[in-house]
Amino acid sequence: MKFKGNAWKFGADVDTDAIVPARYLNTSDPKELAKHCMEDSTNPDFMKKMKPGDIIVAEKNFGCGSSREHAPIAIKAAGVSCVVAKSFARIFYRNCFNMGLPIFESVEAVDGIKEGDQIEVDADAGVIRNLTSNKTFTVAPVPPFMQELIAAGGLMAYTKKKAGL
Amino acid sequence: MMTITEKILAAHCGKKEVKPGELINARLDLVLANDITAPISIKEYRAAGAKKVFDSDRIALIPDHFAPNKDIASAEQCSMLRQFSREHDLSLYFEVGRMGVEHALLPEQGIVVPGDVVIGADSHTCTYGGLGAFSTGVGSTDVAAAMITGEAWFKVPESMKFVYNGKLGKWVGGKDIILKTIGDIGVDGALYRAMEFSGEVIRKLPMSGRLTICNMAIEAGGKNGIIEPDEITEKYVAKRARRKYKFFKSDRKATYVDIREYDLTGMEPQIACPHLPENVKPVSQLASINIDQSVVGSCTNGRIEDMREAAKVIKGHKVHPYVRMIVIPATQAIYKQCIKEGLVDVFIDAGAAFSTPTCGPCLGGHMGILAAGERAIATTNRNFVGRMGSPKSEVYLSNPAIAAASAVLGRIGRPEELK
Repeated sequence: MKFKGNAWKFGADVDTDAIVPARYLNTSDPKELAKHCMEDSTNPDFMKKMKPGDIIVAEKNFGCGSSREHAPIAIKAAGVSCVVAKSFARIFYRNCFNMGLPIFESVEAVDGIKEGDQIEVDADAGVIRNLTSNKTFTVAPVPPFMQELIAAGGLMAYTKKKAGL
Repeated sequence: MMTITEKILAAHCGKKEVKPGELINARLDLVLANDITAPISIKEYRAAGAKKVFDSDRIALIPDHFAPNKDIASAEQCSMLRQFSREHDLSLYFEVGRMGVEHALLPEQGIVVPGDVVIGADSHTCTYGGLGAFSTGVGSTDVAAAMITGEAWFKVPESMKFVYNGKLGKWVGGKDIILKTIGDIGVDGALYRAMEFSGEVIRKLPMSGRLTICNMAIEAGGKNGIIEPDEITEKYVAKRARRKYKFFKSDRKATYVDIREYDLTGMEPQIACPHLPENVKPVSQLASINIDQSVVGSCTNGRIEDMREAAKVIKGHKVHPYVRMIVIPATQAIYKQCIKEGLVDVFIDAGAAFSTPTCGPCLGGHMGILAAGERAIATTNRNFVGRMGSPKSEVYLSNPAIAAASAVLGRIGRPEELK
């Protein structure tokens, strides 16, 4: 699988309240949540400026704080193709695999990407290419069980099979 | 040789031993979700074609975040929980009037017990480590799957050990210990790891303080926080446990990736400054910070001990004319106890508002939202941008005594400063 888009850069410890503020959590409708994606972040106009397919590139501990799955849902529904970060907070990481937002860990890629650079993430090859600067970076491998989950079509498909539903 | 976390996980996946990094499928003693997270779980559960939950006595649905319903959309979400609970005959659905803030309610009612493995679609599910249980926050889809199977997959976490020595000063408690720790290791200092809290200070700490400490393990990125159960735990759970419980203890030669020791003698009350829980300073460095609101409550500090501490400080004083003080007992039982002990009188006489249980302002839901430029001191757990309202407002995190003293002073300050 390949993802191509322009990079939007964010700093360290972007919390789930910044990704989708709790004041909007009286709904779980993905379209409604997407309207407020990154609203309380350092780039509150993100939704006005981003284009479908664009990629979020962030420093360490992306998605810290609340367990709200509304955060990856908002990012996905906003049209972001994938998120690249130096590291992800635990519950956010787990949620992404469960609900199907592609995420990639790479310290060197985050350091080697500037805002607006055109990026291509090649998930199968495990590389991220910065098409603007012509540099290639490697991605931390996805743990085998997570690959199994993805191959099964996410946690619910995996569970359905297991439970014989 | 295993840690308490490893032992509990091993016991729940039918293994004699588990090691950090190992992937296991664990049997769950309890699965919980609230009015924000359960709607997604219910949708996923239904989309999977599931008709029956794994055990109708082991799924807790608690409308506490935007309840009592703050608006029509929130009412619809709470209604989903109610309908689902009736359809599936869930015994652990808590209606307004009987509900409380989930992580205060479940230990209080003996619904979570030592030795349990619990997941909840709420990041502060890690609170129950204070009882000696393994509990961790997950997302809604994990809860949907767990409602069907009664199981969840885990990577066994590495454990970090925190040893607290010395003697706590007056007006210093569990909140200060965990803020000090988060200030030390940072908001991802325990990422993916178990945080085991120990030492002579912890052994003397009441259950309320232990629950507060484990509650905020997530604020350091931890998978779970945990404290070995002892006589204090026994005394707390013996009279309330609804199920059999088991005490697990770490082996003396268990392996830790990091052991950190603290001498807490002379430590001042600690405050987390905007906009991360790791921005921690001793209270004496913040005496020039004016406040507009003081909140005492939440799953972190909404227990009866917290109410008593705040009341003791504010008794005979008046809330500063420029400050709104909002006190929110975390459960109905705590509310009633506050009435019985005359604490409600103390708060109301001081000029504070006293509310029905709700998470309310902690996550900027309702019951005390901040305007742009406003500043609050709160006994809650997060101070991210916009957490209590406007993205241009600020939240300082403290213990209940400091929140009460600050309400009187109109600025961040200590009980000793009240005349």
